[in-house]
Amino acid sequence: MAVASSALYHRRRAANFAILALSLLATAAGLIVLFLILWALLSKGVPALSSDLFTKPTPAPGNQGGLINAIYGSAMMTALATMLGTPVGILCGTFLAEFARGSRLAQLVRFVNDILLSAPSIVIGLFVYQVMVVRMGHFSAWAGTVALAIIVVPVVVRTTENMLILVPASLREAAVALGAPQWKVVVMVVYRAAIQGMLTGVMLAVARIAGESAPLLFTALNNQFWSTNMNAPMANLPVVIFQFALSPYADWQTLAWGGALLITLTILGLNILARFVASWSTFAK
Amino acid sequence: MTYDIRPMETPSRTRPHLIQMPTVDKPEAAPLEQAQPKIAIKDLRFYYRTYEALKGINMTLHDKRVTAFIGPSGCGKSTLLRVLNRIYELYPDQRATGQVLVDGEDILDPRMDLNLLRARIGMVFQKPTPFPMSIYDNIAFGIRLYESLSPRQIDERVEEALKRSALWDEVKDKLRESGLSLSGGQQQRLCIARAVAVKPEILLLDEPASALDPISTQRVEELIADLKSDYCIVIVTHNMQQAARSSDYTAFMYLGQLIEFDQTEAIFTHPKERQTEDYITGRFG
Repeated sequence: MAVASSALYHRRRAANFAILALSLLATAAGLIVLFLILWALLSKGVPALSSDLFTKPTPAPGNQGGLINAIYGSAMMTALATMLGTPVGILCGTFLAEFARGSRLAQLVRFVNDILLSAPSIVIGLFVYQVMVVRMGHFSAWAGTVALAIIVVPVVVRTTENMLILVPASLREAAVALGAPQWKVVVMVVYRAAIQGMLTGVMLAVARIAGESAPLLFTALNNQFWSTNMNAPMANLPVVIFQFALSPYADWQTLAWGGALLITLTILGLNILARFVASWSTFAK
Repeated sequence: MTYDIRPMETPSRTRPHLIQMPTVDKPEAAPLEQAQPKIAIKDLRFYYRTYEALKGINMTLHDKRVTAFIGPSGCGKSTLLRVLNRIYELYPDQRATGQVLVDGEDILDPRMDLNLLRARIGMVFQKPTPFPMSIYDNIAFGIRLYESLSPRQIDERVEEALKRSALWDEVKDKLRESGLSLSGGQQQRLCIARAVAVKPEILLLDEPASALDPISTQRVEELIADLKSDYCIVIVTHNMQQAARSSDYTAFMYLGQLIEFDQTEAIFTHPKERQTEDYITGRFG
């Protein structure tokens, strides 16, 4: 090997090493932060896990209590918001990818959807406060549900469209060539090919709203007591965490950590479930 | 599972002046002259936006015969095939003018019901396109589109189609497994079975064996020879030997024009046009 090219070789090796080291450093930084968060959650949240947490409503300071009213409220509003927002999001994403692809209308809808996607959730909370809470004259779980649903829609639209676009045109052509009308092509063939990604999109949306506190502060507010009335204020984990964590009471702070751990574990569980369901449905038995 | 690994009937490798006609005996139902016309193409022109891809095609395709379209890449042979079931209509920039009469009825008529048309004219693509569902459902999908049959009748039709495409013995014990779990050659035979299952009148094959290994190719060719007794088959191929082996008529296309169309034997033994001779002897294209 000539001297000049040998120098080049060593320079390249050094550059390669430097880039590799920087990449590893960045990865480590990200992972360390993540593990610090998880460690804090586990070390402070686990002591809060007791049967009381799942059976008793939020207590007054110094009293025995749990988070059952907030768990119920979060589960209820998240589930209903997902049920409301997912069909709208999937249908809109389907329209963009399957029926209006490349059209000006699709470009406009996609642009507006992207704005909604990046809109701060507190703005959505204020909007629902204005159109629902003010008119109804009181905070309610329904208003919270609507606010969360509005957050679900753009996430699902985006992921649905992206996943449908990834389905190769040859698969659509094959179904069309059998004489299948377009709606059957979409529902029975294209959706099946994209179901994994679409489910992931819904899971992302659920994960996003499960931890949202800003839109609920203006809509569902909070409720110290056990309540299943969707037409009244309802407790929910994010707002309870917000209130309890900022309080001076040690027992409230412990409950807040417990709530934070619960949300994190739930989202983790949902993600694992989504992957399991997706892999199961792709290899249909 | 046993494979027949006899060598294929390929022309000698000593680069003959013209490709030798294979000596396999073709199970002729009737002499070529007695074939019934099925598709009459009249002054067919095709445009991708403003680019004219087919420049006035005139030809007649016969029932219960195999017609091969050959020619260099970009000559318009696949385009011509895609006009015959109007699958190009999926793309708004593409349009065709002229007439394509199937049993005397112009299928380019805008009032034509495209779904019904495509149920009558099956298509198999270059790459295998199994739907992301079970082997059974891949076949049943097309059958259920236009016929309301009992589960037992559908079972029978699925079995019949799989037997017809020589796949039954390989898949009969795993009909509920994903169509994607099959090998490439099996997937392509599944696609042929799927097309045959809806009982079309015409079968369009767009380079059906170009992604397959030689053994699978042989199986597909045997299948074509077998299916010929019931269908009008049109096959696009880059493989000259395949055209010579499996077709009754051959059309040579170049730059959007039909250069020569005749019985396969005539095309490969004494072509009338210089361009045809140059192409099939490998001196051009």
